[in-house]
Amino acid sequence: MQEQIQQLLAEATGRDASDFADTTEDLFADGLLDSMATVQLLLALQDEFDIQVPVSEFDRSQWNTVDKIVDRVKELENE
Amino acid sequence: MSWLESLPNYTAYGTPSYFIYLLIAVLPMGISLYFGKRLAWYEAIVSFLFIFFMFDGSSAPQMLSLIGYVVYQTILVMGYFHYRQKKNAAGVFYLMTLLSLLPIIIVKFTPAMVGHNSLLGFLGISYLTFRAVGTIIETRDGAVKDLNWWKFIRFLLFMPTITSGPIDRYRRFSKDYRKVPSREKYLEMVGKAVKYLFIGFLYKFVLAYLFGQVWLPFVEHQALMYAPHLSWWVVAVAYVYAGDLYFDFAGYSLFAVAISYLMGVETPMNFNKPFVSKNIKEFWNRWHMTLSFWFRDYIFMRFVFLASKKHWFKNRNVLSSVAYMINMLVMGFWHGVTWYYILYGFLHGSALVINDWWLRYKRKHLHIKTNAFTKGVAMFITFNFVVFSFLIFCGFLNTLWFVKH
Repeated sequence: MQEQIQQLLAEATGRDASDFADTTEDLFADGLLDSMATVQLLLALQDEFDIQVPVSEFDRSQWNTVDKIVDRVKELENE
Repeated sequence: MSWLESLPNYTAYGTPSYFIYLLIAVLPMGISLYFGKRLAWYEAIVSFLFIFFMFDGSSAPQMLSLIGYVVYQTILVMGYFHYRQKKNAAGVFYLMTLLSLLPIIIVKFTPAMVGHNSLLGFLGISYLTFRAVGTIIETRDGAVKDLNWWKFIRFLLFMPTITSGPIDRYRRFSKDYRKVPSREKYLEMVGKAVKYLFIGFLYKFVLAYLFGQVWLPFVEHQALMYAPHLSWWVVAVAYVYAGDLYFDFAGYSLFAVAISYLMGVETPMNFNKPFVSKNIKEFWNRWHMTLSFWFRDYIFMRFVFLASKKHWFKNRNVLSSVAYMINMLVMGFWHGVTWYYILYGFLHGSALVINDWWLRYKRKHLHIKTNAFTKGVAMFITFNFVVFSFLIFCGFLNTLWFVKH
């Protein structure tokens, strides 16, 4: 799943998947992810994994690394 | 009504003695929290008293507006909450949001249309609206599970933050309020509260006083001697005003957060060293953060969501640019329907668009190494742009160019 997420991040941000190799890096703090890309990512996650993430529930501190994104997606998939 | 008008009025955080009264009133709450309990009734009475004394005396007409507003918003929010438990039509959501925004729209547009202030207005209406509308949006998203009229009013009128924020969100606030912090955590919060009160005092009663009450009148007076022409004094006004605005607002925000902490609620901070920002995007992650994040989450991201799902734009960069402009223009209008507030919004929207373009260009075509010098240049440009935008924001140019002397 990690590779899938990295690929989706790449598409959402217009970068390479290799930019997201460090899975503990704070994506927002390092400018890799912003609000615009977040929305694109959430829409892609909706399509790929059939999970809904309303904006009110989106807390950056819970989604700011590749590892955390993988965890969140797994949690929501199991709901 | 005249007995109400004859009572003394206490502006929130206005004088050092206000703090003494406030801290004495909050002390029982603090002791109770230390022993693991919230004194909800006591807190309600204290809040009522302090709010009463904010809106009595010469502010008495505002008290009626405040009461009417609270009743109106509570009915709307509770009505929508009960509706949402069974259904979720988009049209109903948009209608309720619009109705919730109606008072502030009237208050902001009335001066522009008829030349005097609306009777509906009261100090804090701009900030209470964020709380009410935010609760409706959180309800729409299914994020609000426990809500009743009492809890909502307590959130809406949370006394430390009633006049000018920081803007909190119902879900976050009620999660804080439902549990009592552990003794260790509460003492940590008290420690921070004391620190914030001291820094707040320095900011508001020393620095903002210097910038706003001593230097600003002086440089404004000098600049107005050349009216309607510009002079270097106008540049001075920009920098001095920026200092006044920051220290005054950051000081107030620190007070509001400090008193919140003493009451066991972790109201979010508003400022985080905004002037070290290396670009305008970072600036809006450091300046008036609760406002910025409210707009980001509830206007920018929701618009981008809608536009993306419905494929309104072919080009993603055009979409983000439009979203930035809408976001910042609404923010401009929120300050007031005046040319300089709207221009302020327009400037920041444009800056965000240009900045995004520059970051893309830099990444693709230029390979500039980042070092202390480049960071310094970035900070310098960002800071000066922001100061320029504050010159527009403060309306001094309106006085210089359009007001007869």
